[in-house]
Order: sequence, then C-alpha cells, then structure tokens
Amino acid sequence: MIPFVLCFVLFMVGLFGVIMLRNLIKIVIGLSIMEYSVYLFLILIGYIDGGTVPIISECFEQGPYVDPLPQALVLTAIVIGLATKALMLSVAIRLYKHYGTFDIREMNKLKG
Amino acid sequence: MEIYLIIMLVLMILGSVHALHTKDLISTVISLGIVGFGLVISFLILSAPDLAIVQVVIEIITLAIMIAVIAIATFQLEKKQWRFSFVFYAATIVFFTFVVLLVSSRFSHILSFFGHHTTRMADIYMKSAADSGSANLVTGIILHFRAYDTFGEATVLVTAVTGVLTILRHSGKKNKH
Amino acid sequence: MIHPHGLTVVAKKVCQFIAPAIFLFGIYISLYGHLSPGGGFAGGVIMASALVFQVLVYGSLLEKLRKEEWRLEIAESVSIFSFLILAVLGLLVAGTAIFFGNFLPVGKIGNLVSGGFIPIGNLIIAIEVCASISLIFLALLIYKDEE
Repeated sequence: MIPFVLCFVLFMVGLFGVIMLRNLIKIVIGLSIMEYSVYLFLILIGYIDGGTVPIISECFEQGPYVDPLPQALVLTAIVIGLATKALMLSVAIRLYKHYGTFDIREMNKLKG
Repeated sequence: MEIYLIIMLVLMILGSVHALHTKDLISTVISLGIVGFGLVISFLILSAPDLAIVQVVIEIITLAIMIAVIAIATFQLEKKQWRFSFVFYAATIVFFTFVVLLVSSRFSHILSFFGHHTTRMADIYMKSAADSGSANLVTGIILHFRAYDTFGEATVLVTAVTGVLTILRHSGKKNKH
Repeated sequence: MIHPHGLTVVAKKVCQFIAPAIFLFGIYISLYGHLSPGGGFAGGVIMASALVFQVLVYGSLLEKLRKEEWRLEIAESVSIFSFLILAVLGLLVAGTAIFFGNFLPVGKIGNLVSGGFIPIGNLIIAIEVCASISLIFLALLIYKDEE
C-alpha cells in the first residue's frame, strides 16, 4: 500500500510544478515528473510477490511470471514521451527567440 | 523487496522537490536525472529488464537535449519564480495534502495489496505464449498479439519528428530570391 | 556548449574505435529480441546513442552535418513504409486473413530462427527509432548553431 501512496505523492509534486511555476523549462520538467510517476504506477500494479522475469528459458527457475502486459504498454509510452518532450522544447526555443525570456508572465503581451 | 522500493521512491520525491525549488537552471536539469535514474533501479527491482534498458538510454539523451536547449539562455533565474502570491501557494499545499490523504484512504478499498495481482487477461497471454513462438513474452505481445499498437507508436514518432523539423526550420528561404 | 571543432585528438581516436562497437551491440540486442531482454525499441535507442556520441565528440561542423541529413530522413520513411507492407502481406498471404497475421513458420521456441516475422519486425522498428531520435537531436543542434 505504501508504494502506491508514494507514487501518488510524486504525481502531486509534478502537478504542483506545472500549476505554480513561472519558468517555461520548469513547467516542462514538472510534466516529465508526472509521466515518470504514471509509468511506475502501471508497473507496480502488475507485480507479483516472488515473480520472475517473463522469459521462457531453462537458464533460471520458472516460478510465476510477473505480468507482461503493463510492461508492453509502458515500453511504447517511454519512447513516445521523449518525442513529446522534444516537441515542447522546440516550441520553447521559438518562444525564447521571439520574446527574449522564458518567463510566461512576460509573454502575455502580443508582439510582432 | 518492498523496503528497497520505498527507499528509491523517497529519493525520487526528494530529487523532484529540489528540481522545482532551486534557482539555478543547470541544477534543475541534473535533478531531473535523479528522478530518471531512480526509475531505472525501480524497474530492475520490479523485474522488468526491457524497460530498464530503454529508460537508461532515453534518460541520457534527454539530459543532453535539455542542456543543449538551456544553453541559449542565461543559467540564473530572477528572484520571484512563483506565478501567484504566497497565500495561494500555502493554500495549494494544504489542498494537495488533503487530496493525497483522501485518495490514499480510498486506495485500500479499490486496489489489492501490493504483490497480489488479479487480472484475467494476463493469464490468457501467459498460457498461449507458445503460439507466438517467442521466448520473450513482452516481445511476443508487442509484435504478435498487439502489433497494431506498435504500428501506431511508430506513426506517432514520425509525426513528432516532422513537427520538430517544421517548427525549427531556418527562415533563410526568403533571402534567396 | 558543443564545441564547433570537437574535442582533442585522443577523444576522436577513441571514438573511432568505440562507436561502431556500440552500433553493432544495438543490432545484436534487436535481433535477439525474442530470446533475451531487449527487442526493437531497446536496440533502436542504443543505435541512436552511438550516433549522438559521434556528434558530441567530432563537433558540430555545420556544412558536413547539413549535407548528410537527408540520409536519415530517407531511412526513417523507408522503414515505416516497409512495416506497413509487412502488415498488408499478413493480410494477403496468411490463411486466416488477419491484418498483421503471422505468415512465416513458427519454429521451436528457443531457436534463433523462430517466431514468424518477429526478428524482421524488430529490425525494422530499430531502424525507425534510431533515425527518429537522431533526427530530433540534429534538428535541435543545427538550429542552435545558426541562431
């Protein structure tokens, strides 16, 4: 029970960063922390006590396997997370070149 | 097993709180590395070696990209870094603590205990693993039972790369005429 | 931050030895994806890290990188198109006419040649992921250099 609660606290820390901070880079980092907590939560759900790696092989003992379905979903999600982070950072570079700052309060005035 | 996981989670929470509270941009990016590499060790504790390999290399590439991005600006931030006033900041912390306590008291009714797992789809995948012909069950799932999702993921990657190349296109084409 | 002419001669010589070994290791992990932990995505990101390592050591000489960027774009487009062709072949050839049906013979579990088109699919996904991540890194680098 305690790992689930700590995972939720990590999610709340990331959400706090997205809402309350001014620097654009820190907002991107807060979103990234939220993504990490969701990956960990999905793998925590599928864990079995005393479970082994889900590979059929005679090199190690075959007890009950850990659930392989959440691992397949999170494997795809990790690579897609990198692509969306790169897209957010490229928009941040464009905004810096136009306004001269990363501060989102200064970007309220329409310019150009 | 559970005690090691709790230690890694506490380290990740401390790293993320430091990443959002410091005034230096380089320290923020390096503290994100604490969260990412703590996640790698958590994946190894939970018996998921495929994910650990992918997460290590992607975390290194993410750190390289972020340092290349923040190098175009100065590394020090201005003094005020909160969007709203101090009263709102304290009220938000109290509200979030209340939400965490409320949700964690509901967790004990909804989720089973940590380590006991009750789903039906996983049993079907594990019993019919020999049909796909691969010894690695995760690879068999993503390339035989759920290959359409892998195709969708490749499409999302290509779309994101096209978006990055379009946004960062150099505007020198107009000067040619 | 990224030196335009690269690091010293010692670092360049070491990179000449190590970067092809990392690339070969990525191909090995993606080909044996159905027997040991790994698969298409892990092999692909390891191949991409070899290319990123080369760019970091040799510097960002702008003309050379800009001239050779079209190879990565072609590799990415060709690989995702061939993945689509693999899926449609399953629709046409397999006995049950399923999209992505497995039309190659499924051998004994534990052999290298087993599991239908799973090794071919792993290799195609590895090339696609490697080209995408390298293109992202190069796009951020070239923009940063030309201001």
